[in-house]
Amino acid sequence: MSLLEILSRIFSRENMPSKDIARERLRLVLVHDRASVSPEFLNSLKEDLIKVIRDYMDIDEEALQVNLENEANSIALIANIPVKGFRRKA
Amino acid sequence: MKSRVIVITSGKGGVGKTTTTANLGTALAMMGKKVVMIDTDIGLRNLDVVMGLENRIVFDIVDAVNGHCKLKQALIKDKRFEGLYLLPAAQTKDKSAVSPHQMKNMVNELRKDFDFILVDCPAGIEQGFKNAIAGADKAVVVATPEVSSVRDADRIIGLLEAAGLTQTVLIINRIRSKMVKRGDMMDTGDIIDILAIDLLGVVPEDEAIVVSTNRGEPAVLEKLSRAGAAYRRIARRLNGEDVPIYSLEDPENIMDKFKKILKLAR
Repeated sequence: MSLLEILSRIFSRENMPSKDIARERLRLVLVHDRASVSPEFLNSLKEDLIKVIRDYMDIDEEALQVNLENEANSIALIANIPVKGFRRKA
Repeated sequence: MKSRVIVITSGKGGVGKTTTTANLGTALAMMGKKVVMIDTDIGLRNLDVVMGLENRIVFDIVDAVNGHCKLKQALIKDKRFEGLYLLPAAQTKDKSAVSPHQMKNMVNELRKDFDFILVDCPAGIEQGFKNAIAGADKAVVVATPEVSSVRDADRIIGLLEAAGLTQTVLIINRIRSKMVKRGDMMDTGDIIDILAIDLLGVVPEDEAIVVSTNRGEPAVLEKLSRAGAAYRRIARRLNGEDVPIYSLEDPENIMDKFKKILKLAR
């Protein structure tokens, strides 16, 4: 490794080997690619969510929203589920 | 033996699909197998020049599919190996000149006469890709250790699964051991982790590939080519032999170690 390479490594982005940066960027981009590849993905997740939650509370199924959101270093699943009421539990 | 139809694909262009097809086809023929390689990149024909067979084309895949000639008339016999044939792509037509249904029928007809049918897929995910995978039993995805190539490989693996091809395996091409060692190139483990599919083999970056393409002689014919040696081993794996995979497939490493030992001994 030349002196220039050593210096640039020291002052580079968080001292990370570039392959680790590549791997991290790939991981993030693929989470998003894989989720957005099929429009059915979010729909089927939505349907399953409704099935589970329905047992516990009365929700507005029409207004329910499920989305993947990109943040700086992560991807979040954001669900907005309006509740109309709670089921009386025995 | 039951014949196998294997599509070589990648999504991204320029990662070595055609080189891989030419080398695996030639290596399998060297092993005495009957092999036909099909170039499905209609409009951008290239497998013929990589194989050095460009001067012998009379008919092409579109002629064969549309009945302008018999399928056997469109097959070009390789000058080096008895059982090796090429079905060239058409250069003047466009990708819609062949349908997936026609492709499937043609491949099934070739099964009668060949052990291996290797289908060289065009880049992209449109019509040409759909044609190439129709009728395939198995897919080999070629990727280089770069973010863009691995990303496209992931997309292709998803599309192959959706098309019912579940036996997909990966070839990592053009890996540079020196860059991997200094942490500037993703290694085999990184890529396999991300893509979560089985590894068929690793091919090192090798200048001999450029030379062999210049000459129209696949690198597997070169005894000393490192990429050629890697492709010969991959061909044996495709044939069901148990050949160990080295993560770098780089015999130079062994030489380096040997040199170090010699230096220490002095």
